[in-house]
Amino acid sequence: MVQKLGTLTETASQTGGPYVHIGCIPTFAGLPGVYPEDLGLSPIADGAKGEVITITGSIYDGTGWAMRDAMFESWQADGAGRYPDQLGADPAVNGFCRFAADKDSGEFTLRTIKPGAVKGHDGRMMAPHISVWIVARGINIGLHTRIYFEDEDNSADPLLARIEQRPRVETLIAKRIAAGQYRFDIRLQGPGETVFLDI
Amino acid sequence: MTDTGRLIPRRRDMHPVPYDPEYKTSLTRSPNLPLLSLESTPSEETGPRFGHGLIGALDNNLILNFSKGAAPAIGERIRLHGRVVDENARPVPHTLVEVWQANAGGRYRHVKDTYFAPLDPNFGGCGRTLTDENGYYEFLTIRPGAYPWPNRGNDWRPMHIHVSVFGHSFGQRLITQTYFEGDPLIARCPIAATVKDRGQLDQLVAPLDMAASRPMDYLAYRFDIVLRGRRQTMFENKPEGM
Ligand SMILES: [Fe+2]
Repeated sequence: MVQKLGTLTETASQTGGPYVHIGCIPTFAGLPGVYPEDLGLSPIADGAKGEVITITGSIYDGTGWAMRDAMFESWQADGAGRYPDQLGADPAVNGFCRFAADKDSGEFTLRTIKPGAVKGHDGRMMAPHISVWIVARGINIGLHTRIYFEDEDNSADPLLARIEQRPRVETLIAKRIAAGQYRFDIRLQGPGETVFLDI
Repeated sequence: MTDTGRLIPRRRDMHPVPYDPEYKTSLTRSPNLPLLSLESTPSEETGPRFGHGLIGALDNNLILNFSKGAAPAIGERIRLHGRVVDENARPVPHTLVEVWQANAGGRYRHVKDTYFAPLDPNFGGCGRTLTDENGYYEFLTIRPGAYPWPNRGNDWRPMHIHVSVFGHSFGQRLITQTYFEGDPLIARCPIAATVKDRGQLDQLVAPLDMAASRPMDYLAYRFDIVLRGRRQTMFENKPEGM
């Protein structure tokens, strides 16, 4: 026998199911009025410093179908690479957004400011990125990924450097389609499968 | 409740399998390729915080929050309560807990839910609260009904409440479901069965908690939630290998 560790095990995840919107974004789900407004409507307030951008995309299942029922959360630093609880962080950036695939087209849109590069624990800079968490019916544990940007220098990013199969790096990089506009598609399974993170 | 340090890596074997033939939708919605495993960074160790100003007086009362207190929802009155702690058994205070559920007949208030159990005009089906300084939370609601769903020929979801918890860092984000002690449908549910570790599945089943129930008013069920913890060490701030 040995001493007993006092540590606990994380509660098991379960799928958010088809009605995750009822709990997380009820007004979007057709239940207005329970709360004054849905949580996470925007990661920025007026006056946020930095370039305002929109990122649009779709999330495809393993058959290539653009899912209509996925919900996303994003978390990001401000224009200077500081997270909201850090010294000097932009008070107009709360960093958090909830958004969902459109029920007819499957397309999602995130409007935010482009984050700055973030310093890692070892002092190495992480290229500008937005963390994304995806839940939906059929996803048994939420999927983490990151959005990087085509027009930033991603060459020294420590996370991207860890991706052995170099073509897969592209799955984490939003393509610039116009000034301030990016496209980021997510593929859950199969050809072009997005890199998901255990982080 | 130190909020520094790397997140303890997730034990994926303690979570549901992403791909489970008995849960058909998971077959096309699970990655084929391995996840990229990395140590957490500030991007995962920080996370959104929500203040008490967010929470309205009826937000954690699903019996009254849809009608704004005008008329109670139909169903068996229950209190769902518990604590949010981390893997180091430390309470997670002031964190947002959100719930959603079907009504007493097993119907969600959602355009996509076409089950013919009736809607309750006084039940919306969502609630939220912040844990207190000890990580404690509670909801007053009605016991959700079981409901059929299209999967195998005759699948029914056990009574359940969906629960979403933030913790203090984006890497702790968790959505799960709480089941109710004694429900024979749990053992027949392919979604519950995506959790292969028996002990972990048991932890999703809330026991009847008579001591926390109120005579002539409601029964109570206890549901404690464990979020990822952080590694606690003084050796952390040294260059690797030193
Ligand atoms: Fe459900």
